[in-house]
Amino acid sequence: MKFAIMVNEGVYQHQSTDTAYQFVKAAFEKGHEVPRVFFYHDGVYNANSLTEPPQDDRNIVTRWAKLAQEHNIDMVVCVAAALRRGIKEENLAEGFRISGLGQLVEAGIQADRLVVFGD
Amino acid sequence: MTESTGGIDFEDEDASGVIKKFMFVNRKAPYGTIYALESLEVVLISAAFDQDVSLAFLDDGVYQIVKGQHTKAIAMKNFSPTYRALEGYDIEKLYVEKESLDQRGLTEDDLLVDVQVMSSAEMAKMMSEQDVVISF
Repeated sequence: MKFAIMVNEGVYQHQSTDTAYQFVKAAFEKGHEVPRVFFYHDGVYNANSLTEPPQDDRNIVTRWAKLAQEHNIDMVVCVAAALRRGIKEENLAEGFRISGLGQLVEAGIQADRLVVFGD
Repeated sequence: MTESTGGIDFEDEDASGVIKKFMFVNRKAPYGTIYALESLEVVLISAAFDQDVSLAFLDDGVYQIVKGQHTKAIAMKNFSPTYRALEGYDIEKLYVEKESLDQRGLTEDDLLVDVQVMSSAEMAKMMSEQDVVISF
């Protein structure tokens, strides 16, 4: 099955970003595809390259990038939501790209399922 | 990557002509969090994709379309007039859960747009018939 994922919450504050990551990982392990993950609302913080968690904690930002590279996932950050929260090209983490909301709607049209992670 | 799509598996597929039933589920009060405002931005974009779009309002989400919102005192933009403009984007299916209105002492007359009020059970049926449900 082809999944599109939407992540709506920020890093560390909320578990939905962790759950989304685990879901995507599990989907690939089960032989499914996840062509695109779309980050909206505070979810755009997942793409902040300035994020520096304590060393004994998971690094949510680089963890996404690694997964995306392994599986060729298109990780898209909403431009309007990102600019509002200070995420720009200059601090955009590796593996992400900034684009418009049309990418979310398009993913919803093309995927078999769109799964939303957030409150 | 290009603006159109960077999705490897999406790239060679032609999505034109596919019409899916999109439902945007609004469950949160208009102010206090940004969910409602950013939800509306997605709804407006979706109109450009010629999809079968509907909006559902339940829980505190019903407050998003209540008449007479005055936001000056909290220094926020009153975006409620935008709901009236949805008709111009051919988004005319607005569903409101009756139980949510009742629990808040509201009736259809308190709302600033024409909606279809339905029971929780009818709303559930409506949701099950959708292809894509995005909840805010």
